[in-house]
Amino acid sequence: MNRYPLWKSLLFAGVMVLALLVALPNLFGQAPALQLSRKDGELFTGTTALNQVTATLAREHLDPDVAFVQAGRIILRFKDVPTQLRARDAIDAAAPDSYAIATTLTSRAPQWTRTLGLKPMSLGLDLRGGIYLVYEVDVEGAVKQTLQRLDRDYRLALREKKLAYESIDGGAGGVDVTFKDGATAAAAQKVLEAVDSNVTLIGSPDGLTIHATLSPAQVKQRQDFAIQQNITALGNRVNALGVSEASVQRQGANRIAVQLPGVQDASEVIRLLGKTATLEVRLVSDAGNAMEAQATGHAPLGTKLYKDRNGRPVLLKRDVVVTGEQLTDATSSYQNGEPAVSVRLDARGGDEMLRTTQENLGKPMGIVFIEKERQLRDQDGQKVAVDVTKEQVISVATIHGVFSSQFQITGLTAREGQELAKLLRAGALAAPVYIVEQRLIGPSLGQDNIDKGIRALEIGSIALFIFMAVYYSLFGFVANFVLLCNVVLLAAFLSLVGAALTLPGIAGIMLTVGMAVDANILIYERIREELRLGVTPHAAIKAGFEKAFSAIGDANVTTLIAGVVLWSFGTGPIKGFAVVLSVGILTTLFTALMGSRTVIGLFWGDKTTIKRLPV
Amino acid sequence: MEFFHSVPRYRFMAVRKICYVLSALIIVGSIAAEAIHGLNLAVDFTGGVVIEAAYTGTADLDGTRSALKSAGYSEVTVQNFGSSKDVLVRLPPLGERESPNAVTAKVETALQTVDPGVQIRRTEVVGPQVGRELVVKGMQAMAITVLLILLYIAMRFRWKFGVGAVLATLHDPFVVVGVFALTGMTFDLTVLAAVLAVIGYSINETVVVFDRVRELFPVMRQETPEQVFDRAINETLSRTVITKVATLIVVVALYLFGGESLRGFGLALIVGIIAVTYSSMFVASGVALDLGSSHRDLMPSERKAPIDDLP
Repeated sequence: MNRYPLWKSLLFAGVMVLALLVALPNLFGQAPALQLSRKDGELFTGTTALNQVTATLAREHLDPDVAFVQAGRIILRFKDVPTQLRARDAIDAAAPDSYAIATTLTSRAPQWTRTLGLKPMSLGLDLRGGIYLVYEVDVEGAVKQTLQRLDRDYRLALREKKLAYESIDGGAGGVDVTFKDGATAAAAQKVLEAVDSNVTLIGSPDGLTIHATLSPAQVKQRQDFAIQQNITALGNRVNALGVSEASVQRQGANRIAVQLPGVQDASEVIRLLGKTATLEVRLVSDAGNAMEAQATGHAPLGTKLYKDRNGRPVLLKRDVVVTGEQLTDATSSYQNGEPAVSVRLDARGGDEMLRTTQENLGKPMGIVFIEKERQLRDQDGQKVAVDVTKEQVISVATIHGVFSSQFQITGLTAREGQELAKLLRAGALAAPVYIVEQRLIGPSLGQDNIDKGIRALEIGSIALFIFMAVYYSLFGFVANFVLLCNVVLLAAFLSLVGAALTLPGIAGIMLTVGMAVDANILIYERIREELRLGVTPHAAIKAGFEKAFSAIGDANVTTLIAGVVLWSFGTGPIKGFAVVLSVGILTTLFTALMGSRTVIGLFWGDKTTIKRLPV
Repeated sequence: MEFFHSVPRYRFMAVRKICYVLSALIIVGSIAAEAIHGLNLAVDFTGGVVIEAAYTGTADLDGTRSALKSAGYSEVTVQNFGSSKDVLVRLPPLGERESPNAVTAKVETALQTVDPGVQIRRTEVVGPQVGRELVVKGMQAMAITVLLILLYIAMRFRWKFGVGAVLATLHDPFVVVGVFALTGMTFDLTVLAAVLAVIGYSINETVVVFDRVRELFPVMRQETPEQVFDRAINETLSRTVITKVATLIVVVALYLFGGESLRGFGLALIVGIIAVTYSSMFVASGVALDLGSSHRDLMPSERKAPIDDLP
């Protein structure tokens, strides 16, 4: 008798049933879909919007196969790509600018799998196409900015308190404030402390200079903050693009990785992600002639010379009514059938706007669009990030009525309006960033990669199954069954943790299959050895499993070490491979030891006499 | 079916000295191949620009080169990739002022002058510092893996076995890298992953033989350590061969059918598996034997796995 403990067999069966269920959605494949999200970043609740959209599509005979709301976004699944694209245009035409529409892929799995919260493995960029960007944050620049701010604030504070200083020098290491006499320096110490209590102030031996520095902890905090701020800003911009399953993640000390699956227009996306834009509202000056100012290059006192979109000069007052910092939201809309951007201000900006419009009714007001692009330049052999600022008056309009926190900018094309709204919403990036890695995978290559990867997996597995069945006869079938269980378990795990399947991941699955079979071979060879020694079949099975155990254990632990190290060092696709390899080893141990034993126990365990083992 | 009907009696350990020489030659040869041919490192490591494009017909490589040259890129490699229609364009790392985007756009325009219907399948721009970091990280990963494995084997067996296993393991990546240097195939990130997987696989193989040695020492008290090692290798030979065939079946399928992106990965594993078979049998056991492994070493650590420990 060679029965395997019942509870162990049941445990194996139970785990496999669960794994099959979890892995099931992967079998249905993916279909083209549209994902609609609200432009303001809010989530859809209820089915009102969903019903509107499906009604629109029904009118155009572009009914989606399935339509539902998931995580606050509308998902519409279509039978093919042309329908998907026509539906996108139809939705956009029926309700222009209401939704951020992203083309995506969604699972064909039936509704009840979604209800259970089951999802298929998502596909990595190399399998579905898309853009991968790595930004490097100029953390030193962020620290420099802090010191510059300190420099400015110290000057202001000292002037306010009427404390005369001799000089203020902001260097890379900190800010030095020098005074004429010790008494002033002593008095100033308190004032400077009040400006920013986090800064360490050290007096010089002669008592005339105060040295303000950031401690290493403060520097690190400042850098972390800069990265975090950039992640937030990039995240906002990525959201504004409406890409599904996009991700923005910190990578290492000072990098940010952005993944945009399915997105193809790299130049457009990178331009939008890298730009910072803001608005300023100023009154048009009546103090001088703009043409004259342009000709002489001198703007009258209290005014600033700008150009409008047609290159004509405009003189605006130097005093800013509202700055971009007071802007809370911007959406593209239509006003009287004309494209417009609706801008919303915070309370302070609203108050200021209210006061200005009340006092200046009937006078013209200009809106200045300020765009910064971060560029890297060589300066004395060093990389320096330079802001290239473009300022342009995008609209001059007469104030016809009093308004406060909400107003519209008109005079733009629909496209410009959309882009302006997107840029304004996304806000400004905190510290200089630049791209250090950029990868774009076209959709056809992605599909190719899947097709070939899956085909190699199929051919390899089938050839292996045949080999095992021929070499070990019935026990070979057991090994093959166990191997299938292994792949199911692996797929279930990857689906459960929401890991993305990449091409190296597929390679990892194949390698797992190729290596997992070793555990079975070790056991079977042991059984054969025991049989050759003249042991009874039952004893041979028992001894085979027992004696192979230590070899299987040690061998897999060492491979696991390699997998885990690979995981902790790798990035992107390599991590995917390492995860599959490591998890594959665990599933291999489970299936080869428990699974094989269960199946063999089931077929041969109860037989009192076995003439010949089919191994 | 059975390839080995009885335990063979090959005297593996008798030729171990020859194998040391052979291994030394392989390692020197591999280093020489890398020095002479150089390793065709992918942009992952060197930094630079890669653009994969699909032409509508057979790609005009010379035309593409001259189009790129007139676009201002003289230092380019243009080669077929997978089929005669597919082309891989590679540019050196960008200067500080160039934006990745502008460059890929310019190359795209240049390719369109050769074939208006050209389709860009993939673009990759990697900054040189990213590549340098990757090389350092890869080296670190390899060093840490080897160290941890040495510790594990030393703990589970004896330090002599650990040294043998690690020497055998270090031998295998040399073979793989040497083959990549000789064939000029691109060594990219996935190939590096494969090399690290080979390290894991190599240890796996060595452990199986060592496990048998550990088992045989107590029962073969009269025989010399050399005979014990020989017997262990012979007894596991059948399993070694069958496992290798099984793994090779899968890996060859990967190489043949996995497409251009996985070809390097497949090749690295094929070469690696062959190298592993040799090194785990001859080098690892040989070193452990020559370091003086004997009955005494494993007697105290003789263990019996209690049956309850089995899953």
